[in-house]
Amino acid sequence: MLAQDDFFLAPGIEWFHLGPVIALVSGALVLLVVGALTPRWPRGLYAYVTALTAAVAGGLAVFNWNDITDDGVSTLVGGALAFDTFAQMITITVCAATLLVALVTDDELRRAGKDGPEVYALFLIAATGAVVMGSANDLILLFLGLETLSLALYVLAASDRERPTSQEAGIKYFVLGGFASAFFLYGIALIYGGTQSTNIGEIIGSFQTSVLLDGKDTLVLAGIALLIVGLGFKVAAVPFHMWTPDVYQGAPTNVTAFMASVGKAGAFAAMLRVLVIALPFHRDDWRPAIWVLAVLSLVIGSVLAVVQTDVKRMLAYSSISHAGFILVGVEAAGHNAGELAPGDGMPSVLTYLLLYSVLTVGSFAVVSLVARNNGGDTSLDAFKGLAQRRPTIALALTVFLLAQAGVPLTSGFIAKWGVIQAAVEEESYAIAIIAMVAAVVAAFLYLRIMVSTWLETGAESTEREAVPFSTGVAVFSAAAFTLLIGVWPGWLLDAAESVTTYAK
Amino acid sequence: MNGEALDFPILSMLVFMPVAGAVIITLLSKRRPEYMKLVAAVSSVATGAMSIWLTAEFNGHESGFQFVSKHSWIEQWGISWHLGVDGISLFLILLTGVLFPLAILGIDPHNDDPAKNKPYLAWLLLLEAGVMGSFMSLDLFLFFVFFEIVLVPMYFLIGGWGYEGRVQAATKFFLYTMIGSAFMLVSIMATVFIASRNGVGHVTFDLVEIAEHAEFAASTGRWLFFGFAVAFAVKVPIFPLHTWLPDAHTQAPTAGSVVLAGVMLKLGTYGLLRFGLYLFPEASLWSRHLWLSLAVIGIIYGAIAATMQKDLKRLVAYSSVAHLGFIVLGIFAVTSQSITGAVMQMVNHGVSTGALFLLVGMIYERRHTRQIADLKGIQSVAPIFAAAFMIVMLSSIGVPGLNGFVGEYLILIGSFMSARWYVVVASTGVILAALYLLWAYQRVFHGEPDEANKTFAELKLKEAAVLLPFIAVIVFAGVYPKPILERIEPAVDALITHVEDKTGYESPQPAAVATISEEGE
Repeated sequence: MLAQDDFFLAPGIEWFHLGPVIALVSGALVLLVVGALTPRWPRGLYAYVTALTAAVAGGLAVFNWNDITDDGVSTLVGGALAFDTFAQMITITVCAATLLVALVTDDELRRAGKDGPEVYALFLIAATGAVVMGSANDLILLFLGLETLSLALYVLAASDRERPTSQEAGIKYFVLGGFASAFFLYGIALIYGGTQSTNIGEIIGSFQTSVLLDGKDTLVLAGIALLIVGLGFKVAAVPFHMWTPDVYQGAPTNVTAFMASVGKAGAFAAMLRVLVIALPFHRDDWRPAIWVLAVLSLVIGSVLAVVQTDVKRMLAYSSISHAGFILVGVEAAGHNAGELAPGDGMPSVLTYLLLYSVLTVGSFAVVSLVARNNGGDTSLDAFKGLAQRRPTIALALTVFLLAQAGVPLTSGFIAKWGVIQAAVEEESYAIAIIAMVAAVVAAFLYLRIMVSTWLETGAESTEREAVPFSTGVAVFSAAAFTLLIGVWPGWLLDAAESVTTYAK
Repeated sequence: MNGEALDFPILSMLVFMPVAGAVIITLLSKRRPEYMKLVAAVSSVATGAMSIWLTAEFNGHESGFQFVSKHSWIEQWGISWHLGVDGISLFLILLTGVLFPLAILGIDPHNDDPAKNKPYLAWLLLLEAGVMGSFMSLDLFLFFVFFEIVLVPMYFLIGGWGYEGRVQAATKFFLYTMIGSAFMLVSIMATVFIASRNGVGHVTFDLVEIAEHAEFAASTGRWLFFGFAVAFAVKVPIFPLHTWLPDAHTQAPTAGSVVLAGVMLKLGTYGLLRFGLYLFPEASLWSRHLWLSLAVIGIIYGAIAATMQKDLKRLVAYSSVAHLGFIVLGIFAVTSQSITGAVMQMVNHGVSTGALFLLVGMIYERRHTRQIADLKGIQSVAPIFAAAFMIVMLSSIGVPGLNGFVGEYLILIGSFMSARWYVVVASTGVILAALYLLWAYQRVFHGEPDEANKTFAELKLKEAAVLLPFIAVIVFAGVYPKPILERIEPAVDALITHVEDKTGYESPQPAAVATISEEGE
């Protein structure tokens, strides 16, 4: 496009509004460059720099949010990035998850004697990718965000050099992820072919203004299909979920937590941007596909989760089931996509992502505590007797598990209620009932972990789990947040409602 | 007297008092078990006292909700903290308030480690708060929250302090109830959205507002009702969804069984009244023959199954299935007497079955068995114990002069007018109840005690103190039920009027039968 212009105008760059991205990238650069040039930093400093970076980025997102409430939505950098509460909410989600993961990672690495800046830098880079995915207003930029996130995650998954399963996870994720990215990119190309643009605002415009010729429509439909495959892989929806259990189980636990929170948040943000925001004119074409993905993920994720014996693998399958729940919200958003009153679908998805991210990081943090005590064993047996050894940690784990099961007075209930309510509001009763029944099946899995934790006694010789300070802080604040939102969700729902006014 | 005149938010306090107790217990040091017991006692007794006070202050002539407390909770979704009491819920709240202190103070969890008491007491108190909240909620969301949250403490009570098959029983209990709730959750939301478009005008979860203003098309209302009904049918439990109950009751610790039978099953029957008949009158009437049939099947099936049990606790559990069948029969007969009787019978069943579980628990403590075949001739070594068992058992059978008779009689006579042939079959259930309970009594208490039963200890003072309130209620409500019935009746009549207004159904009026309140005198 640029080449066709007679003169090139550099886009104005709103530096302050780009604050979160700049903060995350600077943090990563500081860690990489300064970390490489200086001797090993004193204990925990890498993690604290990471956590601080994430906190600053999240704080800047809150400032941005206020600007948006005052001045309305807009686009940045010549229409490449959307500046709306949608983007800020994803940014806050990603930053919160990154902060918590950094705290957990600190103990994990230092105890293994592998402390170093690389992993943290990769976390921040991946977080940048997720934030870009959430704010992209151009499919190419969205793809860049996706690749930034994915490439960092491939390396992170393989970052435990001593465990072959970690290497295996990395390779598996890389090969399959590469495929998915190719699908996604080809989808973008076809959409470009059909609409003459990769910019989301212009894509919408092309549907509004142009007369649809037959061939163009086919291109767009094929593009949508490929995009759904690519996105389905990234969000780990059935039938594109095959990589999830192996990668989740094989990757270091802190990385798994990161994948399940930041990875999912970014991917779902991209899905909303692409399907709901960019392609509302084809909502009746892509919505049935999302419906099928949601139902399959719910049913297969829940059922397969129940028969696992390894807690990490269980949580991997449960994350598939959660993806199904979020897809229920996406499906609900699809009913009125692009209209003035788009319904509760989008707010419910974004709320779910935030709440689930905190929950899942908390759960995996406890898993990492237990695993460390047992030489990396994450089977159900390792959790036996945890309540006797560490009642507080067991209680926190119980809070996370109950929340994942959707028991009232926890954030998980609010999240589930939100998506189901959005679906029921659009009269998608069937999917709502399937989702709730799947939640009951999944509840059995959480009960199994709780039975091991509370009702069974571990071997006498098992030592008490060491609970290092920063992991303790992460677990405690995640649990407190889970309960707080469960009792007092009003402010978050209020905030989430504004995401339906998005920039394009 | 009325809610407006009362500054003290007593209903909210009934929920928060046990929660406060549970929180304090959690914070107490593990090494001071005596303080834990003290805190549990104080908070549960205070809750009980408040529930008694509530009953005293309750205006028996008013049919609407009293002591209403309403605060906006989640404004975005139209959800409020909305509590209220009427004649239907009043005695269930009283029952909850009184039963819990007895269960907490009177029954020790059978474990040797006093440190384990801490979560036990905390869970019991949280359970009390949840049950209280369920009975008082006038907001669909709030009700669902309470209805669902009671699963968690009960799960841990059964799983942590139950008998040999406890983990499996607890899991079964949790999943069964949750699958019912899954349907109810979707139904609640659909009800709210459909109601907002048909008569209510805005999105609100307020029960009263929806029940009064919403106009559901017949087919819609039936689907919505079905979602609610599944959840309640599991909770009651109505045949054939009852299979979780014998396991949960048998494996639960004594206090758990007492609470489970005493108040938690009533969540189901109460729900059928409040969220079935009140919210969906048309659908309830439309499907009543289904419910009546299932109720009668439950009565007969529960009785036959109880007769065949070898385990005393399991026998009592199956007797619950039969008794709850009577309550469901009374509800769906939809006459003033039958529903008044059903409400009364909810309380009666709580008292008598609660006491039966208590007594079976005492037997287990002494003999470490619940098998009927292992017990023999206890009457001759422990006559007072046997007498207490006898009174409670007779109340459960429904012998005139004791509370069980009043409720069962009202249900049968009330239902006779509208569901004659169901009553004919159900009445045989009364006889079967006498059969299985008396037969069990005969096997356990009569005859010459063998070696193992010779040392069966007599009723201790503490045990007697726990049993005494039960027996007092059994006798009082049997001899003089008027103060109870006259508080229940206005609310029931209002409910029937509501059903009649909404559907054009005419509840059969008893021409020859004297009204109940006169009968009591």
